[in-house]
Amino acid sequence: MDQTGELEKFYRSMLLIRRFEEEAARAYARGKIGGFLHLYIGQEAIAVGAAAAIRIGYDYVFQTYRDHGTALALGMDPKAGMAELYGKDTGCARGLGGSMHFFDVEHGFLGGWAVVGGHIPVAVGAAFKARYAEEDRVTLCFFGEGATNIGGFHEGLSLAGLWKLPVVFICENNEYAMGTPLKRTSPVTDIAVKADGYGMPGEVLHGHDVQEVRSRVAAAVERARSGGGPSLLEIKTYRFRGHSMSDPGKYRTPEELEERKKRDPLLVTRQTLLSGGVDEARLERIAEEVEAVIAEAITFAEESEPAKEESMHRFVYAAGEGG
Amino acid sequence: MRTLRYREALREAMFEEMRRDETVFLMGEEVGFYQGAYKVSEGLLDAFGQRRVIDTPIAENGFAGVGIGAAMVGLRPVIEFMTWNFSFVAFDQIISNAAKVYQMSGGKIPLPIVFRGPTGAAKQVASQHSHSVDPFYTNIPGLWVGFPSTPRDAKGMLKTAIRTDDPVIFLEGETIYNVKGEVPDEEELIPLGKARVAREGKDCTVVAWGRPYYTALSAAELLEKEGIECEVIDPRWLRPLDMNTIIDSVSKTNRCVVVHEHWAYGGPGAEIADRVQRDGFDHLDAPILRVSNLDMPMPYASHLEELCLPTVERIARAVRQVCYREG
Repeated sequence: MDQTGELEKFYRSMLLIRRFEEEAARAYARGKIGGFLHLYIGQEAIAVGAAAAIRIGYDYVFQTYRDHGTALALGMDPKAGMAELYGKDTGCARGLGGSMHFFDVEHGFLGGWAVVGGHIPVAVGAAFKARYAEEDRVTLCFFGEGATNIGGFHEGLSLAGLWKLPVVFICENNEYAMGTPLKRTSPVTDIAVKADGYGMPGEVLHGHDVQEVRSRVAAAVERARSGGGPSLLEIKTYRFRGHSMSDPGKYRTPEELEERKKRDPLLVTRQTLLSGGVDEARLERIAEEVEAVIAEAITFAEESEPAKEESMHRFVYAAGEGG
Repeated sequence: MRTLRYREALREAMFEEMRRDETVFLMGEEVGFYQGAYKVSEGLLDAFGQRRVIDTPIAENGFAGVGIGAAMVGLRPVIEFMTWNFSFVAFDQIISNAAKVYQMSGGKIPLPIVFRGPTGAAKQVASQHSHSVDPFYTNIPGLWVGFPSTPRDAKGMLKTAIRTDDPVIFLEGETIYNVKGEVPDEEELIPLGKARVAREGKDCTVVAWGRPYYTALSAAELLEKEGIECEVIDPRWLRPLDMNTIIDSVSKTNRCVVVHEHWAYGGPGAEIADRVQRDGFDHLDAPILRVSNLDMPMPYASHLEELCLPTVERIARAVRQVCYREG
């Protein structure tokens, strides 16, 4: 695929995630979706760029509770995702997991995890298995900058560094750990410097350029796949919405938000495509295709059967009834 | 039959399962070159090499999580905690992650993993090293909990635990590693949720596991001389509980005393008592009594530690009380 063709594909994927979440937010406001809903809006280039850098379905991917974007970028059916948000039996986790616990084994998406930092050692375990089984699989482990202060980050990176496991740690630094800015949670401004203590390379890049994300993640993935060990990539980004639906984001100024929206990955990609010769009509057609997919996902979620009581009982133990 | 120590029986179980199944590995602090802090894993490094017997840094949260991740994608880890006291820094891994993966993936990802190690008070190791963790882990749906009392059960139950497709919390009695007992020559798998009648008797059912199992047997001998015959039941698995065996016994004895080395506030001891009164109410001729650790952090001084643990005398007294031989 030529560069423009590839970028067009990325644009479509990012737009799909954006529109999926905008509609999820609307459904949430209408009471169709409950619990917590953490939107990825503003960070889409990271999921899409990283997904393009791995062997989907072979490599393993772990994400936090802000997980819709990564799951969709890897190829999760938006119908299964939306149905999960609606608490339906057809959801990707049968309506037992919800927004924070998307899973899609076929695409190597091993979960949305909802305790900050807790999934980092687990991702290292998947990388350990690749080594143990002499496979050349790579694990991607995403987390926010807020997670880099908790023990799971330290122990996970320590073990991965010690054993030189094939894992790429991707810190999506969106500057706010819930409502607390980085300068009030971290003694260092670049999370990447922490990599030194774990004997692995640390790099900083910017998250609004999807092709930059793809190529830099691909380099770290290649290093891991060929036995060069783990890396820590810090990707500077920004979320345009609150931490979750209940957060109006009063801890930041409207000016700051407006400034950041100038680097909206969708806007930036759109401009690159237009200046590269793709015409408006073509982008319009992509938007229409995406709308159709989203509409289908919503209809599917609306019309699916609710999560079953039987599932709730059945999926506690694999070995049978417990208690 | 051969005579083995409890720790040797555990070692044999791991040895046989590792030989049988390439996906089984052992990971923990000092399990390899040091040969195990309690020598349970002695010789395994020589037999299986560093790929499958893996020493870790002191990082329980980290290596418990590594085990979970490895289990998600097809391995069957045995994760050793040097003692269960140190599992508290891995609590989040066990409870938020191990116990939830199968459910929150909508049943797509089973999690075959064993967390094992010694629990309970040792000898004068004081408050931070003397926890009985039974109540913490039995409370969590998604985890099975086993606690063998004899070498035979230690081997047969650990083999079952390793072959189970769910997380198993495997509790070993720190003070009974040296206990000797008969272990069959042929392979034996002790099924999940099967209790064992250790001693038959008609007057009072005594349920006990771990170190207090032996204390209860001593109490039963003492009481026999007084004309009271105890039926001692070892539940073996604390989750799932084999209530049928316990209720059957109570239907015969009409009395029940539960003995456990954990604090009395909740836990499997309280759960057993509750289920006996619910499911066996008509059989009971006396209130169910429990003999437990005293309700305080474990003191260091040897005579005080002894007072805190279930003693032969406290068990005997409880049995006499439910038999109306003592007020």
